[in-house]
Amino acid sequence: MSLVQGAHSQTSQPAGARAALLAWPEFNKPAVWLVAVILLIMPFIANGFFLIEIFATTLILGTIALSLMFLAGYGGMVSLMQLTVAGFAAYMVAVFGMSANTNISLGWPWWLATPMALVLATIFGTLGGALAVRTEGIYTIMITLAIGAAFYYFTNQNWAIFNGHTGINTIATPRFWGVNWRSDIPFYYVTLGVAAFCYFAVQYVSRAPFGLALQGVRDNPRRMAALGFNVNAHRVAAYAFASFIAALGGVLQVWNYRQISPGSVSVGACIDILIIAVVGGITRPVGPFIGAFIFVILRTFALDLLVKFGLDGNRFRLLIGLGFLAIVFWSSDGVIGLWERWRRYAAAVDKRTSGGHGHG
Amino acid sequence: MTRFIERHPAWALILLIAVALLLWLILAVWPPGLEEAIGRKRVFLNAVFNGITLGSLYFLVASGFTLIFGLMRNVNLAHGSLYLFGGYIGYAISAWTGSWILGFIIAFLGVALIGIVLQIAVFRRMEGQDLRQTMVTIGLSIVFADLMLWAFGGDFYQIQTPSWLIGPIELPLVTAVKSSGEAVYLRYPMVRLVIFVAAIVIGIAMWLALNRTRVGMMVRAGVDDRDMLAATGVPIQLVFVAVFALGAGLAGIAGVVGGTFQSISPGEDTRFLLASLVVVIVGGMGSIPGAALGAVIIGLAEQLGSVYIPTYAIVVTFLIMVLVLALRPQGLLARR
Repeated sequence: MSLVQGAHSQTSQPAGARAALLAWPEFNKPAVWLVAVILLIMPFIANGFFLIEIFATTLILGTIALSLMFLAGYGGMVSLMQLTVAGFAAYMVAVFGMSANTNISLGWPWWLATPMALVLATIFGTLGGALAVRTEGIYTIMITLAIGAAFYYFTNQNWAIFNGHTGINTIATPRFWGVNWRSDIPFYYVTLGVAAFCYFAVQYVSRAPFGLALQGVRDNPRRMAALGFNVNAHRVAAYAFASFIAALGGVLQVWNYRQISPGSVSVGACIDILIIAVVGGITRPVGPFIGAFIFVILRTFALDLLVKFGLDGNRFRLLIGLGFLAIVFWSSDGVIGLWERWRRYAAAVDKRTSGGHGHG
Repeated sequence: MTRFIERHPAWALILLIAVALLLWLILAVWPPGLEEAIGRKRVFLNAVFNGITLGSLYFLVASGFTLIFGLMRNVNLAHGSLYLFGGYIGYAISAWTGSWILGFIIAFLGVALIGIVLQIAVFRRMEGQDLRQTMVTIGLSIVFADLMLWAFGGDFYQIQTPSWLIGPIELPLVTAVKSSGEAVYLRYPMVRLVIFVAAIVIGIAMWLALNRTRVGMMVRAGVDDRDMLAATGVPIQLVFVAVFALGAGLAGIAGVVGGTFQSISPGEDTRFLLASLVVVIVGGMGSIPGAALGAVIIGLAEQLGSVYIPTYAIVVTFLIMVLVLALRPQGLLARR
């Protein structure tokens, strides 16, 4: 389980720091503020294509992958059904809300349909999790993959609720206060807000007693059980929390594309979420967002790039697969791991070269 | 068997009644009331036979999967890709030489060779790191799927059934009685029955090899305690390579079988990966008899489901998995 080790929360801070800074150490770093400011003023830098196709998509995929990161990094459970939970939420938005398929959609207003979708998807994910925690470790992957694949084939077969392989189209998106929240700039801020909320929620839970107990369960379930913790309840609760985050991502996704079909919940898409999380790194909540950014950039520009090099532009998935293999082979904690290793190396070199000048 | 009856008399009774009911449904001439309630007997019999033959195909795929998992703790999520690759090899060879049997042999050897390369070049380097191995198999499945899409395109291929296997055969099972009193017998495609028999033969051969030979003894010992077996001086790496080659080769054979009585196309890899996962979860991970039982159950559930409740067929399969996980999380025939 080397991939999920080392996701320990960082609570060590210099003495005398304010309590708020103790709780949120990342506010101490200037780089974090810089990224936050850039993300906030992004609509003034990027045009509509980049804003939605690159940044909003990154934030949505990152949010879904964040739910996997939470389960894998803090709970030691690699769940391949996070996209399925998101897709379930998306389908529920389409079924309860308004869409072009009036025979299926119930036509509820968005403020009723969305909470309903979130609740149902959270229940769905929690039940799936309760099933997955019946067995341990490596079996989790098998069971969650089976759940994801079964849901995909079910949406393909079922016409009464999921409208078969054509899916549900032209789904209504929220409009209120005179704002069309699906137009580029408001939608970007909605995704940014939800992604930030999820990021800080995961960050907070990882340091809360529940998160610490969950990390204890990950490292040594038998000892935690002996200490009086209900191991399975902690795991199922982790699934519930992660399902809620994935459901939020799913709602954003259906608002983004305004349609949902079995292709969006296929096994390949489930695995893409795993790739995003692993490539970014599943030891920190920021990893999935980095992974999603790399994935979206590759998906958008790989075709042009491959053609420019005189290769077949359709080999995008080959590129993704090889990149994923390389990450799994050489850096068990993704791009974050590479970055940290490089910094440590640079620091060591720095110390060696400036050793005589009394730097320390 | 007797121990099972002693320990769970109620379950044994329910099982016995279920089996008797199934046998009666298959052998007896249905009374008109039953035909009105659930349809013609011919439809039911065809679904049962399709289910069992599909189960034999699932067994071929899942037995390799469960063997590899049982010994090496390697959840080989690229198993579906090996299946699909076997199908493509079988298609290419049988189209080129016109020999169906040769397609089987080359598919077995070719896919087994890939298995050997994978075990030596990739999985040996990360022994004991379950999760990392699984991640690697996911990466490999993506790469393989795209390479095969590149080489063979998105078309459907069907492997030509040899002429001596084409056509239906009449089975001594009465489907209906005509008004003249003449019995109508079930006609069923010959090739499917041959494949069913072949799967049974392969299953028995595997059981014999595992339980009656020296290598089989090593494999069983390895499933129980890998480290202890290595400590006794058995060349365990060689055993690993052999088992991986056999498991991969079986997936290759299954690919040719699947290409003969269904078709092969991109996406089939996922379908058969899911089938092997569910079969192995239901039957018990690492157990060959478990794979056989699970394969028949899932095959029957899928076919009967698609006949009687078409839009919810996959739910039946899934419910069986949920039920097994709830009652017996280690699988029906697992020892632990």
